[in-house]
Amino acid sequence: MSTLLIIKTVLILIVFGITLGIAMYSTYLERKVAAFLQDRVGPDRAGPWGILQPLADGGKMFFKEDFIPQKSEKWLFILGPGIAMFVACMTSAVIPWGGNLTLFGETFKLQVANVDIGILYILGFLSIGVYGIMIGGWASNNKYSLYGAVRASSQMISYELAMGLSILAVIMTSGSLSLGDIVESQHGGQWNVFYQPLAFLLFIVCAFAECNRAPFDLAECETELIGGYHTEYSSMKLGFYLFAEYINMFISSAIISVLFFGGYNFPFMDDLGLSENAITLIGVMVFFAKITFFIFFFMWVRWTLPRFRYDQLMHLGWKTLIPLAILNLMGTGAWLIFKDQF
Amino acid sequence: MLSYLFYILGGLTIFTALRMILASNPVHSVLYLIATFFLISGQYLLMNAQFLFIVNLIVYAGAIMVLFLFVLMLLNLNKETEPQKSIKSKFTMVISAGILMITLLAAFIQNQHDPASLPLTDIGLVKNLGRVLFTNYVVPFEISSILFLAAMVGAVLVGKQKNEEMEEINE
Repeated sequence: MSTLLIIKTVLILIVFGITLGIAMYSTYLERKVAAFLQDRVGPDRAGPWGILQPLADGGKMFFKEDFIPQKSEKWLFILGPGIAMFVACMTSAVIPWGGNLTLFGETFKLQVANVDIGILYILGFLSIGVYGIMIGGWASNNKYSLYGAVRASSQMISYELAMGLSILAVIMTSGSLSLGDIVESQHGGQWNVFYQPLAFLLFIVCAFAECNRAPFDLAECETELIGGYHTEYSSMKLGFYLFAEYINMFISSAIISVLFFGGYNFPFMDDLGLSENAITLIGVMVFFAKITFFIFFFMWVRWTLPRFRYDQLMHLGWKTLIPLAILNLMGTGAWLIFKDQF
Repeated sequence: MLSYLFYILGGLTIFTALRMILASNPVHSVLYLIATFFLISGQYLLMNAQFLFIVNLIVYAGAIMVLFLFVLMLLNLNKETEPQKSIKSKFTMVISAGILMITLLAAFIQNQHDPASLPLTDIGLVKNLGRVLFTNYVVPFEISSILFLAAMVGAVLVGKQKNEEMEEINE
């Protein structure tokens, strides 16, 4: 029991470190991808190819003046970015990072908590994440911040529905809410994306909206709202909001890989004839490769598509995505019954 | 260990619930109510009712309270615009709430169970709860879902503008 506790603690620390590290380097990657797509060089001054740029940015954020507007609600103003960051970091607990690993005579799964309700846990924390933005935007006591917060939260609430419905179809095919079981059910090339392509499409669109990323980044539409909900924020509080967005992007990519692309499973993993530990380690690397691809995809879309108008966003969410998700759900149900009958 | 957690959570729940009622700013009040929902979810987790825990978070803390907060933030309520209730309705509320409390007290005094040490069961896990809901309680379950559907259709009907009104707006 105590060995398990130590192993889990180490795992939590590693996952936490990796999450923060990847989020940090996502900012660098974002600027490099943007530069690539716009035929520029991008950051290249700090260190070779500019790889020390995130450290420089972080240092700058810490040393800026930490300004709290006089007419703001001081404690809520501080609480806002805290909630955003906390929620972003919590979701990594239920993601299965790899298969079984045997160390010191103890076999354990590379997952912090394989809870029964894995996917619901993520949806739950997603819906709590809205509070970070709403509280921050309202506490700033600034019209533009409030508009940004209202836009962001109504967008997140609307797209949560379609997201939940698209996940339901996946849950129906794999028959479990636990993310560990969902990954196991895709073993051997049985990836959900082949069985649920529509659910995948809906999910990825909703993931963009949930992360407040382009083309759905109306919450921080500069021409209309200055900076959106974080207009009044400066220093590391602003840093937390921006950083939370990158963590959310990383977690979303991980969830997309887990739900639709087999997580740590890779083709021919049983035919290589390697030991279980080696397979697990390769699996972890494959998983991170998938995540990196989806992070790149997020950025690719951001620097390709223009921003939606607000009414278009709501039309897409309520009148296109939700009906499609319900149709997909009904189709999946019909298919499951049909499969059982014959 | 678990009973200590129960008392800590319970004390915090009562504290946040009181703050919710006593807070003068409506937005603070809603935030305390959200905290209360979180703490109650914690109680569910102590009873190993994982599904209830997360559904309480998603539905109450995550969806309903967001809408509350939304409306309050946009309304910009303050002392001047606060609606005043007549003394008659205040009396009615106090008396009915008092009667409810007496009833609850009477019910709980009979119950000799120690609330802090409920036996841990697996009934709250998704699989077991689903099985019970769809076998023993399938009729109440379906009836309540029809009720929800009716409420939803009603809300859409109320919210839907009539065609003439729409035309007036468009003109």
